Amino acid sequence: MSKTALIIKREYKTRVMKPSFIILTFLTPILIAALVLVPLLLAQIKDDAVKKIIVIDRTGLYTKAFEDNEEYQFIFLNQDIEFFKETKIQDSYSAVLYIPEDLSVHPKSATIFSEEQVGMEVKSYLVGILKDYVEEQKIAELNIPDFKELVENTKVDIDVKTVRWGKDGEEKMGSAELALIIGMISAFIIYMFIVVYGAQVMSGVVQEKTSRIVEVIISSVKPFQLMMGKIIGIAMVGLTQFALWVVLSLVLVAAGTSLMGGDVDVQAYEQSMNVGVQSGTVDAGDTVTSEILMALANFDFVQTGVLFVIFFLGGYLLYASLFAAVGSAVDNETDTQQFSLPLTLPIIFAIYAAIYSAQNPDGPLAFWCSMIPFTSPIVMMVRLPFGVPFWQLALSIGILILSFVGSTWIAGKIYRTGILMYGKKISWKEMMKWVLYKD
Amino acid sequence: MFEQTGMKNNNQYFTSSILQIHHVTKQFSNHLALDKVSVDIPENSIYGLLGPNGAGKTTLIRIINCITAPDSGEVLLNGKKLSSDDVRHIGYLPEERGLYKKMKVGEQALFLAQLKGMTRHDALKALKYWFEKFEIQSWWNKKVEELSKGMAQKVQFITTILHQPKLLIFDEPFSGFDPVNVDLLKREIIGLRDKGATIIFSTHNMASVEELCDHISLIDKAKIVLQGSVGSIRASHATGTYRVIAKNKLNEEPFSVIERKENHHGFEYVLKANPEETNNLLLSNIMAQSEVFAFEEILPTMNDVFIQTVTSKTQQS
Repeated sequence: MSKTALIIKREYKTRVMKPSFIILTFLTPILIAALVLVPLLLAQIKDDAVKKIIVIDRTGLYTKAFEDNEEYQFIFLNQDIEFFKETKIQDSYSAVLYIPEDLSVHPKSATIFSEEQVGMEVKSYLVGILKDYVEEQKIAELNIPDFKELVENTKVDIDVKTVRWGKDGEEKMGSAELALIIGMISAFIIYMFIVVYGAQVMSGVVQEKTSRIVEVIISSVKPFQLMMGKIIGIAMVGLTQFALWVVLSLVLVAAGTSLMGGDVDVQAYEQSMNVGVQSGTVDAGDTVTSEILMALANFDFVQTGVLFVIFFLGGYLLYASLFAAVGSAVDNETDTQQFSLPLTLPIIFAIYAAIYSAQNPDGPLAFWCSMIPFTSPIVMMVRLPFGVPFWQLALSIGILILSFVGSTWIAGKIYRTGILMYGKKISWKEMMKWVLYKD
Repeated sequence: MFEQTGMKNNNQYFTSSILQIHHVTKQFSNHLALDKVSVDIPENSIYGLLGPNGAGKTTLIRIINCITAPDSGEVLLNGKKLSSDDVRHIGYLPEERGLYKKMKVGEQALFLAQLKGMTRHDALKALKYWFEKFEIQSWWNKKVEELSKGMAQKVQFITTILHQPKLLIFDEPFSGFDPVNVDLLKREIIGLRDKGATIIFSTHNMASVEELCDHISLIDKAKIVLQGSVGSIRASHATGTYRVIAKNKLNEEPFSVIERKENHHGFEYVLKANPEETNNLLLSNIMAQSEVFAFEEILPTMNDVFIQTVTSKTQQS
């Protein structure tokens, strides 16, 4: 076995066997599954407690508007509002709706009183009833026959489909929302991976230095081999964790949904995800779902997957080698902060740039940030689902590859000198000098 | 009655050099670490590399280990230019040493042995032998952080010699050991030499240099200031001082008395001879005066030689 392979193996084995790794690897899918399954579960459980609403209607106009149903029960009273406040009689009621004036004249005069903060659901339900009722009243006052039907007919649900033309003129159903979600998720994964595992590379180097094993090892292998072994080993740890997360999450979600009674009530699920948003009719919900499925089917997973891996590895290698260089130059982990800041800043900037690029994927910010190697792995992932010209992709990947080759070379130089330096405060200038050393 | 100084019994081995260092110079950005250093290390010997802190010893050792490369000059191993492939024939115990704290002892020793090019199978076999020899088999599954410093050093010593290197480099090997283990280690080092290995030994402990080393080089301020066999170096630094036990009181001619003690069977002297006097002439002179119970030339210790050489150089510069 080659020496680099031995180092990779050691890095991989010791890290994967760590209890913290095992716990995190198995806990995260459970968390992800819970995030998916709990809203599903909640959607299926209906709130069967009947909400009692006291209505104090000074105008007497709205008695007909409120009808009892499975969820709401209305009690009409004409007490003074102060009475409820003092007697605390409302303990057994959810809320008191107070209507002092004619809402068609004073539309903002109604108030909901309650002891606890009243839920959005109750508020929007009551507002909805009053709005519909007042609108209907106003229409009726106009005295135009069949006006209500006429108005009803003018209502149109507009939903714009996005279609991408393939090279051969084939039309592909796309979904801007889906593209955005996939882009943001992959960008965020790359971001997380660079930050978490880059930091692990750095602290691994510092530990080797402080435990003083480094000189023993570089009497057997070249410092560059040691550095690359560490970077590659940790990358494999990250990929393992990532793969386990995806597989376990899918398995758990699949197992969970089948346990919950086979076919998932997609509409209920959507509604539970959009609490408070009155979005169209049930029909519209259905078409949205099928459109997403259609768009998913049309989504080029192979291309995105391959490019994801390229940018993922490119970005990681670029940053990890620089993190290794920083780790080699300092004496202990507390000193790493001042040197790692210039590395973490561009990563954080990249995630902001990615968010703005999603809004304007062909704008100058998006373009330049997807060319600069320090931001391109993250920003390009967001632009990718919107379609990026081939020359831009090629240029961006080319720059990224050149940059990580360059950064690895520079980092190797710094690393080689740094790991054998003890008890010296290192400056950026000093580090630059190390790069220029001949051997 | 004569103490045989500088007559170690291994002169017959000094036939060829295993390592030749020719005019090696190494410049760091703000100081010169090595200035045209040349060292010849005879095969099958223990070679002392001495010098005050910061003299350039560690740099020289790192060059031998291919950790750094010299700016000029060359290093030959068995007559061929040293390459990074040769490190598997070298065992190096650095002064700054340590082990992975979270890793188990056995696993770690295997890892280090494989890095030196041993197969897993051979490494296991060799480790078993050494762990038994040092009676530390029970440590195999312990994490390094559970070991004491001395225990970890023992493991480190084993990993250094495990791959049976032809050339061993020990930088302060005894630091952190108790006297019992220092003794054990010394015996092992001599044993390795007797089995054919060549050992470069860097230390500040001059007593162990006298005890172990056949030859030394003294480096000071990047330059070799003293080189040769331990015996000849001590002899050449002789100050003509003798210890004599005689029955009668002695006249101060042709020497001066530095110290005189009277005891139950005579007088014990420390004498300083005149410079032109040889040992035999001096002895016959004393014998003419009195019966002699003991006669011994007091050679300077390596400690004296070290201090004298380094301080005189400092005064000159």
